[in-house]
Amino acid sequence: MTMMRKILGATAALAISATAVLAEPAIIFDLGGKFDKSFNEAAFSGAERWAEETGGSYKDVELQSDAQREAALRGFADRGYNPIVMAGFSFATALNTVAADYPDTKFVLIDMVVDQPNVKSVVFAEHEGSYLVGVLAAMASKSGTVSFIGGMDIPLISKFACGYAQGVKDTKGDATVIVNMTGTTPSAWNDPVKGGELTRAQMSQGSDVVFAAAGGTGLGVLQTAADQGILSIGVDSNQNYLQPGSVLTSMVKRVDNAVYEAFSAGENVMPGFSAMGLDNDGVGYTVDEFNKSLITDEMMAAVEDAKAKIISGEIMVHDYMSDESCPSF
Amino acid sequence: MQKMPKWADVALIPLINILIAFTLSGLIIWAIGGDPFRALKTMVTGSFGSTNGWGYTLYYTTNFIFTGLAVATAYQARLFNIGGEGQAMLGGLGVALVALSIDWPHWAIALPAAAIGGAAFGAFWAVIPAYLQAKRGSHIVITTIMFNFIASALVGYLLLNFLKVPGNMSTESAGFPAGTNLPTFSDMLAPFGITFAKNAPANISFLVALACAFGYWLLIWHTKLGYQIRAFGQSETGAIYAGINPVRIVVITMVISGALAGMMALNNVMGEAERLIDNAVEGAGFIGIAVALMGRNHPVGIVLAALLFGFLFQGGSELSLWEGIPRELVVVIQGLVILLTGALDNMVRGPVERLFLMLHKGEA
Repeated sequence: MTMMRKILGATAALAISATAVLAEPAIIFDLGGKFDKSFNEAAFSGAERWAEETGGSYKDVELQSDAQREAALRGFADRGYNPIVMAGFSFATALNTVAADYPDTKFVLIDMVVDQPNVKSVVFAEHEGSYLVGVLAAMASKSGTVSFIGGMDIPLISKFACGYAQGVKDTKGDATVIVNMTGTTPSAWNDPVKGGELTRAQMSQGSDVVFAAAGGTGLGVLQTAADQGILSIGVDSNQNYLQPGSVLTSMVKRVDNAVYEAFSAGENVMPGFSAMGLDNDGVGYTVDEFNKSLITDEMMAAVEDAKAKIISGEIMVHDYMSDESCPSF
Repeated sequence: MQKMPKWADVALIPLINILIAFTLSGLIIWAIGGDPFRALKTMVTGSFGSTNGWGYTLYYTTNFIFTGLAVATAYQARLFNIGGEGQAMLGGLGVALVALSIDWPHWAIALPAAAIGGAAFGAFWAVIPAYLQAKRGSHIVITTIMFNFIASALVGYLLLNFLKVPGNMSTESAGFPAGTNLPTFSDMLAPFGITFAKNAPANISFLVALACAFGYWLLIWHTKLGYQIRAFGQSETGAIYAGINPVRIVVITMVISGALAGMMALNNVMGEAERLIDNAVEGAGFIGIAVALMGRNHPVGIVLAALLFGFLFQGGSELSLWEGIPRELVVVIQGLVILLTGALDNMVRGPVERLFLMLHKGEA
């Protein structure tokens, strides 16, 4: 009898503690892990920033296998975590089946759109940010040839490449843009050696500014560019500090802001579609003490002008993913 | 002479091994500031405490039964097939091609067709190393592991260029038609009035795996071919002297082995994901080696060992979900179990054997 009472007591306590954590947010990182120096880590730093500023706590998990996506989503939703943030487009299929079963839980998906009444989809205008660094690349290049190194060959990365190419060509009509992808499998995100090889190959074709949108592979690109004395452009996070004086700028994608905002809104996250573009600082380029000397006043004026024109709609940057083609290639 | 009773060999030694592995894991969890007993409780309740937990545990178990049987079959002929990973990848391709080829009216028709597709592709991927081993003497360990990389590149290429839905960012095929969706445990048990978590991924391919385990037992110990395979494994020269064609045995054994690995795709590709994802096997091919080793290449042992690894995977996932134990540490725990049950088996076996000898002397 006492045993029974103990068990019942424990269950009751569990139920109480379950309601107590009702407002806690949760985040699920993709297979890359939260310390990938890139996308997931940006999401992680957004969550950490929220925790530091508010003193709140949140739940997080790194996935080990694909089958865990649904399990983790349902597990968090069952225990009352709200909102649940997912870093990465791979969650779309799982979320589509899960979201309907938990109408009272809010889900936030980054980098992909899922059309459900309780899902907020956050997508970034990477093409706009890439356009701006393309403007800078064209002006910084002496040879008139610039290049792009992508990670895995997926439409999202072509979206970066296409905006970049358009920015270059709009600034310097006769410029050449070389585009290479590292590979077709997820390992292409983490192959700095191959990134270095591609950089050398592009240099031999005349490129003197290289934009890397390739996760961990990009670290090899930045390193090689610095060793060989050409300029590089970082991605996602501000990577200017990695090779001071050689990184022209970084195309930042504020995944951290997306996570921070979702956590701050808590259960009141507004479902629907949210585009993070130049107008709301979702994407952009960076200038700090490491690259100040590389950006002239003239370049600064040109890129700010382009930014204003994109926001006002005067310049339309082509989105590769709208039709899987790029007029600027 | 028999050094110790059979029950000790089959049950006691694996049990001691697991106990040591769990003690070590507990110490590690304690060292990083966790509570080992709470962690164990989370693992057990997470895997066996609910029908949802069971559903996931049995889903992983099904994968490991298939790959474990694949390794064990090859091992009967003393062939070390470590290409289960690649064979299962190709099996996934076969299953996906069958599932996407026509609009299947019912899963009962789609299942055998997909099984044949998966088995054929898996077998095809094993038969090339088998031929090279039998005819050219290229060592099967080297060729099968190389074929894993080729399989991964090939499936990635085909997915990206032919099977992917245009505009989709994930490297995955289109979803399979509804007629190929296999019944889950919840669908299967509902007619019996048993409610099972309806979202758990365990499905009817678990029964296919058990049938395969039974078929493996029949084949190896109750057929002429099985006898030939075992004879070849025990002594190649002896088998040749007895008139057994070594090329034929190597090729046939590897075909069966590859087919079993390929059929794993029924579970993960057709049963769970219902589409072909890049790298869908996720290491199950390698876990199969540990499962076969631990199960002593016997079907009952393989099913039990697969269940243990299913528990480790599901329990490990619960650990990282609820206890905040990093996933790298979960891999360490899984690795310790593999190390102790597979590689360090003799460390326990020696002392236990001596203990039994001493007891035996005491009686006599």
